[in-house]
Amino acid sequence: MRRWYVIGAPYLWLLLFFLVPFFIVFKISLSEIATAIPPYTPTVDLAEGWAGFKSFFSQLDFENYAFIFSDPLYVGAYWSSVKIAAVATFFTLLVAYPVAYGMARAPKDWQATLMMLVILPFWTSFLIRVYAWMGILKKEGLLNMFLMNMGVISEPLTILNTTTAVYIGIVYSYLPFMILPLYSSLEKIKPSLLEAAEDLGSPPWKAFWQVTFPLSLPGVFAGCLLVFIPAVGEFVIPDLLGGSDTLMIGKTLWSEFFNNRDWPVSSAVAVVLLLVLVIPIVLFQRMQQRQQEAAS
Amino acid sequence: MNTRFSWFNVTSIVLGFAFLYIPILLLVIYSFNDSKLVTVWGGWSTKWYEGLLKNDALIDAAGVTVRVALVSATIATILGTLAAIVLIRLGRFRGRTLFSGLVFAPLVMPEVITGLSLLLLFVALGFDRGFWTVTIAHATFSMCFAAVVVQSRLLDFDKSVEEAAMDLGAPPLRTFMEVTLPIIAPAVISAWLLAFTLSLDDLVIASFTTGPGATTLPIKIYSQVRLGVTPEINAISTVMIAFVTVGVLLASYMTKRSSMLREREKRAVDAGAA
Repeated sequence: MRRWYVIGAPYLWLLLFFLVPFFIVFKISLSEIATAIPPYTPTVDLAEGWAGFKSFFSQLDFENYAFIFSDPLYVGAYWSSVKIAAVATFFTLLVAYPVAYGMARAPKDWQATLMMLVILPFWTSFLIRVYAWMGILKKEGLLNMFLMNMGVISEPLTILNTTTAVYIGIVYSYLPFMILPLYSSLEKIKPSLLEAAEDLGSPPWKAFWQVTFPLSLPGVFAGCLLVFIPAVGEFVIPDLLGGSDTLMIGKTLWSEFFNNRDWPVSSAVAVVLLLVLVIPIVLFQRMQQRQQEAAS
Repeated sequence: MNTRFSWFNVTSIVLGFAFLYIPILLLVIYSFNDSKLVTVWGGWSTKWYEGLLKNDALIDAAGVTVRVALVSATIATILGTLAAIVLIRLGRFRGRTLFSGLVFAPLVMPEVITGLSLLLLFVALGFDRGFWTVTIAHATFSMCFAAVVVQSRLLDFDKSVEEAAMDLGAPPLRTFMEVTLPIIAPAVISAWLLAFTLSLDDLVIASFTTGPGATTLPIKIYSQVRLGVTPEINAISTVMIAFVTVGVLLASYMTKRSSMLREREKRAVDAGAA
């Protein structure tokens, strides 16, 4: 019986502050915007009892969803968020793999320090790390200054406020999330497997593609999910580094909420975003559970 | 894995770390720039730091941020440690699948969704938005990170020590306080630090759940960043980076020392047994 006390505290907290809010978001996504506090209608009037509930439910409808799906701005934002996140995830993998590979092959007594160095930037503020790139990428910024002094370019490049800057921002900010799972799966590979491949006459690149890479796939998979899911709903990066033509749904939701103050439509945007991400999130969940079961 | 450490490996590590660290380094260097123009070097100066000390709004925001972080990290660590124990030690129970889903989903949930949904909950419950709403919001998402950190420590420690204590008649609570907790303490400390920095850094969730009088530092920085790159922001960023770096290095030193002590104890026990 006592174990229910231990289970109860974190369980109730998460139910109340994580699960219940989703139902409220869904409910409000079926409401209409109103000039009132709170700024939506209908609200349940408990004083009217059963009749109050009845009139409340009769006023809910899917109008906001119809609006989202008929407006090319929203559909375009969902589509381009998924596309930008997918491309950025791929680039993150390309950058992270050689680093993780190098770390796994580094002398054992360096590895803890290297791990620490990968994790450290993750502890510094996300906002500050994105901001750092603004100073580098802008027209009269450090990158253009450097390239012009080197004589590589004669005209400054426009990178800040373009989708390219968003890609750079995502790769940079999420790199540790990709390196760590890759490293932990590469580090587990037994050297004897590679020696065996070599003894059997396999050249190093072939041993890499046929032994190392397939064995690192769980890490690739985990890293890609850890980058892709939050990147789809990313707000800070497209807002600070992207341009007016960079459509991302996190930014749309933000401006719908803070600028237009349309709570019902932003709720509907959030529900659809959640539906877009439901498959990758379930995959992530399964992976975590399997890891836990394998370990315990 | 490690077989041969080739030049290719060295180069990729060096380039990877250069990519990770150069932007932060440039930001720090330019916070000492005398010139107002961000890209023109005008010599060393600490005038932007002196400016920070006079900026009352910024100092107020820093105070709010630290208070939110202290309280939310403490709640998150307690709940996260309990959640980790539930997942690793309590075996199967009704609703376990939902529970583990609730613990892992916030790790990847886009912040705009978490922020919006918490705000709507607070409005529905009629809470006044401010210090406590931000604190609850931060505790909720960082408890999941805390749970992951503690869980990994619980997974690789020897359960037989706990069982021995129970066999000798220690009640579960006493076993936890005198056996389990000292062993997982380094993980609990790093979970607290992680929760603390997550709270310190958060912009999106805080923006949704904050109210009058509870403007946090990231919200303040964000409103200035939107207007462009300035040396003042570089200075405040450098202060935050320094703060976090010192904390993390200290924590990792402590964890290392405690694991070395443990190792030494273990060797002593082994030697005694032999």
